[in-house]
Amino acid sequence: MKTTTANSQPVHGHRDDVGTKIGMWLFLFTELILFGGMFILYAVYRFKHPEEFHLAAKELDTFVGTVNTMILLTSSLTVAMSIAAIGQGRKNLSMALIGTTVLMALAFLVNKYFEWGHKFEHGIYPRSPELLAKPPGEILYFGLYFVMTGLHALHVLIGMAVLVIMMVFIKKGVINRQSYVRLEAGGLYWHLVDIIWIFLFPLFYLIH
Amino acid sequence: MTTADTGTLAAEPDFYHAQTKHKGILGWILSTDHKRIGILYLLTMLVFFSIAVILGLLMRLEMLTPGRTIVEPQTYNTFFTLHGVIMIFLFIIPGMPAVFGNFMLPLMIGAKDVFFPRLNLLSWWLFIAGGLLALVSLFLPGGPADTGWTFYVPYSIRTTSNVMPALGAAFILGFSSILTGLNFITTIHRMRAPGMTWFRMPLFTWALYSTAWIQILATPIIGITLILVALERWFGVGIFDPAMGGDPVLYQHLFWIYSHPAVYIMILPPMGVVSEIIPVFARRTIFGYKFIAYSSLAIAFVGSLVWAHHMFTVGMSTTGMFVFSLLTFLVAIPSAIKVFNWISTMYKGSIELEVPLLFVLSFIMQFSIGGLTGLMLGALAVNIHVQDTYFVVAHFHYVMFGGAGFGFFAALHYWYPKMFGKMYKKSAAILSWVLATIGFNCLYFPMFFLGYLGMPRRYYDYLPQYQSIHIIATVGSWILALGLLIMFINLLTSLRRGPVAAVNPWGGETLEWKVSSPPPLENFHDIPVITAGPYDYSKYELHAAEMK
Repeated sequence: MKTTTANSQPVHGHRDDVGTKIGMWLFLFTELILFGGMFILYAVYRFKHPEEFHLAAKELDTFVGTVNTMILLTSSLTVAMSIAAIGQGRKNLSMALIGTTVLMALAFLVNKYFEWGHKFEHGIYPRSPELLAKPPGEILYFGLYFVMTGLHALHVLIGMAVLVIMMVFIKKGVINRQSYVRLEAGGLYWHLVDIIWIFLFPLFYLIH
Repeated sequence: MTTADTGTLAAEPDFYHAQTKHKGILGWILSTDHKRIGILYLLTMLVFFSIAVILGLLMRLEMLTPGRTIVEPQTYNTFFTLHGVIMIFLFIIPGMPAVFGNFMLPLMIGAKDVFFPRLNLLSWWLFIAGGLLALVSLFLPGGPADTGWTFYVPYSIRTTSNVMPALGAAFILGFSSILTGLNFITTIHRMRAPGMTWFRMPLFTWALYSTAWIQILATPIIGITLILVALERWFGVGIFDPAMGGDPVLYQHLFWIYSHPAVYIMILPPMGVVSEIIPVFARRTIFGYKFIAYSSLAIAFVGSLVWAHHMFTVGMSTTGMFVFSLLTFLVAIPSAIKVFNWISTMYKGSIELEVPLLFVLSFIMQFSIGGLTGLMLGALAVNIHVQDTYFVVAHFHYVMFGGAGFGFFAALHYWYPKMFGKMYKKSAAILSWVLATIGFNCLYFPMFFLGYLGMPRRYYDYLPQYQSIHIIATVGSWILALGLLIMFINLLTSLRRGPVAAVNPWGGETLEWKVSSPPPLENFHDIPVITAGPYDYSKYELHAAEMK
């Protein structure tokens, strides 16, 4: 066995952007499968109760859903642009774009808050007498609706926190023109939040 | 091969004595060194393992006589729940990858650490958090969880016992498992030493790689399932609650979509260890290297498609049952490929019956019994007869304890000199092996009969005609416990009193045997360049041919 004289692999502080991105993608797989479990449940229950799912879906506000979809899609664009900006060394522009993303995420959550609040006002929330009076398929629809959009909203919150940390990193210069794999990973996470919504939106709002 | 007399090769201090950022205990619990993290896992895991063994012993004692022997029925329910939760989530599933994977993977592929060292430390912290949460649930008002480790609904959403902390613990442990898997895959893809091609990797690395994929792809499913049970308890969302239209059978599907592949998380790494140990002590190049490597991937893949064989009696279409039964039989093929390759490796080898190989031999026998009875359970007709009986208990203990557990012990005895730089007492180790093997078989083999005769699992009481078999099993549990006790005392006392271990006490050819025992902080001063496969024993084989 021979040994290299050159120390080709310094530990702690080694730099391998491809490896970091592989790790991030693997993590995204786990997130997709986490939601995958919910999508299986949705599919099974929709198959079992097509009529009741149809009726329950009419109670959701397609307009609010559409607005939120547009907000999220645009926020994915701004995050992608912030990565391009830092690649060109435009630090302030990159931070402004991330800030815009976070604001849009906030707008999404505010809409979601009013949407849920509206449901609660109508007596539709888990274990409410009004909901329990409905047939099983509708109870399941709203059960899935609250769990899936709730879990998604939680991911939006985590994503916002991640993006704020990225802004701090850019400000401090940890993320810079030469090294911005962290921002790319954060961006990937934000796109995940986006893509899950792209599936939630038609399943709950559009299919009547 | 050069076998130095002492454990030190270079002038560098080993990782126990190397300069660290923090001193004392902080130097351990804040360390990102994969070796220290491996040792941390080992110590914490042995504590959890001991607790679960004691619970198992108490259960066996309770079953010594029909009716009440030492505890009340409710206590017995919490015993089997905790025994299962601790053994599965805190020992067998994380065990091999977290302890030996962490310690050995970077060494075996010629790297200085794993790819994400800090994430690795986070995994251990999550592991500790999950373990503590499980322990805390014992002492909170309401009593420990009594659902069995499977948390089946609707009971788990109705019981007033502390299911929530147990669910939380399993969820956090799942996170820890995912992060370890993610780390290992990235490490194997990006950090192999120059010249270490995929097919020059040691087979333990292949096993870890396959395991890591299951960890990543299966664990999120249990995560969401446990979240749903928790949401069901808190808010009553109805998804699994039959009173609101939910379907408990769907819970079982989701649970087993994770928990069956989890069986392969438990067994693949020990299989990898067996593939390491046999060529070393048979002094032969491994037979069918590529087949063993691919069979790990095949087990991981097919094993992900067989989950519903746990549910043949809960109501499923005949076609579904047929398909799952067939797929179950198919998993036996890659498993058998491994067993045949191990046996073929030993054939005409110059076998040295050292302690690690003894545990491996027990592994092969017990795993084969566990595997073959698994086929019986996979057959639809037999399954209905023995579903939820002691036959199942015997089967999975043969695979998990007789297989994975003994594989763990084999790994412990094989890598002990490398990890601690000391050698244990051989005579005591052999005694512990004899007692553990006899005790294990005396404990679990009778359970096949017990189950076949109709004794259901998890029952507190039983008919008098079952008592004689229960007595044999309980006596077996004492012999096994004695064996484990001797093993641990031997390993613990040898830490202080054992002779200094050589760099390569067994004559292994993989990279971990090229560095000092224990290894220096950064493993390799110069990253090695690999020019051949991991098990090149041709010189021994040539020598043997010349002797003839």
